[in-house]
This record gives sequence, C-alpha cells and structure tokens, in this order.
Amino acid sequence: MDFIDYYKILGVNKTATQDQIKSAYRKLARKHHPDLNPNDKEAHKKFQQINEANEVLSDPEKRKKYDQYGKDWQHAEAFEKAQQDAGRSGRQRGGGGFQGSGSFQEFNGNFDGGDGDDGEFSSFFESLFGGAAGGSGRSGRRTSFRGQDYQAELQTSLADAATTHQRVLTVNGKNIRITIPAGVENGQVIKLKGHGAPGANGGPSGDLFITFTITEDPRWKREGNDLYMKLPLDLYTAILGGEITVDTLSGKVKLKVKAETPNGTTTRLKGKGFPVYKKEGEFGDLYVNFEIKLPVNLSEKEKELFRELEKLRKA
Amino acid sequence: MQPEELIPAGEFCAFHHVELSFIQNLHESGLIGMTVRDGVVFLPADDLPALEKFTRWFYELDINPEGIEALSHVLNRMERLTEENKVLRNRLRRFTNGGTAEPGEMV
Repeated sequence: MDFIDYYKILGVNKTATQDQIKSAYRKLARKHHPDLNPNDKEAHKKFQQINEANEVLSDPEKRKKYDQYGKDWQHAEAFEKAQQDAGRSGRQRGGGGFQGSGSFQEFNGNFDGGDGDDGEFSSFFESLFGGAAGGSGRSGRRTSFRGQDYQAELQTSLADAATTHQRVLTVNGKNIRITIPAGVENGQVIKLKGHGAPGANGGPSGDLFITFTITEDPRWKREGNDLYMKLPLDLYTAILGGEITVDTLSGKVKLKVKAETPNGTTTRLKGKGFPVYKKEGEFGDLYVNFEIKLPVNLSEKEKELFRELEKLRKA
Repeated sequence: MQPEELIPAGEFCAFHHVELSFIQNLHESGLIGMTVRDGVVFLPADDLPALEKFTRWFYELDINPEGIEALSHVLNRMERLTEENKVLRNRLRRFTNGGTAEPGEMV
C-alpha cells in the first residue's frame, strides 16, 4: 500500500485553490474519461486515480485530513484505531474519524466502460477515508446515473460456437446463466442489459458486455460464416478420381473427387459451413482445399510401373 | 415493426437535473432524436444511454455542445474502424498459423 500523492496526480501544488483543483481535474478527466477512451484499460485506471485525487482534494475536510496525515497515513490509521477503541470504552471523544457517509456506487456510477472492478478506490484511500466514499463536493451536482458497465471475456471453441449452448459466468460473485446463440464470431460483443453495476441515486443498472474469444481449431479455419480446411488427397484418387470422407461440423460427409484433380484445388460444400448468427437453419459453406500427397518408400515394382508411365507419357 | 418507445423529456430533465435547452441543442446537432406531440417533447428510449453520456460530458467534463458533437463523430468513427479491424483480423487468422490460402486456388 504505497502513499499516493493526489497533488501530483492532478498536477497541482499544495497551495492550489479549489478552482485550480477543479480545473486540473476537468482537464485530466477529459483526457482519460472511459467514455472517450473505450476499451483502454490504462486510461480507465488513470481516470480512477484522477477521480480519487479529486474526491479528496475537492473536499476541504478531506483535503485537510489528507494534508495532515497523508504521508504518514499509517500513523493516521493507528490514531483512528486508538480513537475508535477509546470510543468503544465509553469515553466518546469526537466521533467517527474518516468514514464517508454516502454509498460507493454514488461515485462509481458516474462513468461507464469499466472492466468489473473499476471505480473502486485504492487501498490507500480506503485506509485514509474508509471504504465508503461520500462523493460530496465533486461538482455540486447530485444526479442519478445508470450504473457502470462491466466487461467480461468468454473463451469458447469453434465447435462450441457452432451450436446454441448455455454457459454460466461469474461476474462480481454473481452467477449468470447465458445462452450463447450459434454463430457468434471471434471478438463479437454481446450485451446483457441490467447486469452491470447498480445505478446511482436510483438510476438504472449498467450493462454487462461479453466479448467472445473463439479458439483456433486444427481442422477448420473460419472466415465469416464460411469454413476452410486442407484435406490430404492420395495421388491415385487425384488422378483416377474417387470418393473421400470429409469432416464437417455436422459429421462426416462423402465427397466425390473428379479424375485428374490438380493439387491445390478447392471445392465447396454448400451449407456445410458455420451457422449464421441468429438465423436459424442458415449456414455458410465449407471450402475443402486438396493437398495431394505423393507416395513415398516406393517398391521396385512401383518404380518400374512409374517408369513405364513416364515412357507412355513421353512417347 | 415495434413501436418506438418514448420518454417525456421533462421527466429526463427532472431526473438528471438538466435543462431542456441542452437536450434541444443535442437534437439540433443530430445527436439524439426528439418528437413533439401535443406540445410535449419526447425522447426515444433508445437514445437514453447516449443522452446520459452526453450529459456526463457536458456537466462533469465541461465539454461544450460543439465539442460533444465533434467527439461523438470521432468516437463513432473509431467504433466503425475497430469493428473493421476485428473483421480483418479474423480474416487474417485464416492465412496465418497454417492457413489454407493457396495461390491460384480453384473453386
């Protein structure tokens, strides 16, 4: 738990007036606000620090205590504890110390775009002022806002993403059962309305945004709703034609190979690709790319026959 | 088609302690929708998250309406580019780590 220099964070000196603090806060908040820096965790972290610094320095009472105990906050904590002990033993000397009066969410709800635990104060702040912050005097405007949005990531395999299935997510200690529709894409974000942080001053709850990460599959590569695969083809089937078995998402299918199929030929299996997101019964295509495998470790007899073929070809 | 859900602007203003002129300003900039029925101003419910965001920018960050308009355009553009980047990255995945692209492939 390191000492945090709130003056340094806001870039003001210790004699700064309230107006200078307000101006410095707004300047920095405009630069690092999560609304203006979506998906930027660094900016979000920085914004938390700026908010925390402003929370203390814009409140004359908190600022006084911070100036008094700031650097030696550990002593302040011990001092507080001694005071509380004294209070408990009936001496009643001057009350509750640094505990804030409002709710944490009041402060937390003023921005969105968080990643779950954002908006919390540093442990330094909590040691000095208690876990619950009053949030008073920040801008003098007590408004209701919707709660902070939460961000979560969910990893799923390509095969799982091809079927509608249920998953249970734990967000902030709460289990949320979600149905993942078939066809979700890598990087796709799904919004669960009202599953974010509770709103401030009666405002609505924020939303939960889930980003899907789809892991690579050794068999298929996905592009949009189409799947691509490489399939080894033996020389004889490539030359003479025949029937082979292909793995698809819905099982194995038989595929006819034309005689004299060149290496690198791609053939399309219509409707055997990935399901189209939220369009039941619609599928992309599967593209099969043939990789002709040459026979190895030929016997003398085989070599002889190949020489004969060569002669025939060159004759 | 589902009917549009509307919220009385006065209710939003009272709840968030904002002035109606601010909302009208945003509407004139084309950032939010607005409907007037029998002299009462209504806001589309779908625009509320954006309106709350603009309210934060205006009141908490001191960004003026012109700044809000400019920022909103830039952020929308950034969002579109991020989406495009995602699609291209997914396409690139097919060509990397043993992808199946072959020059001159026949379909």
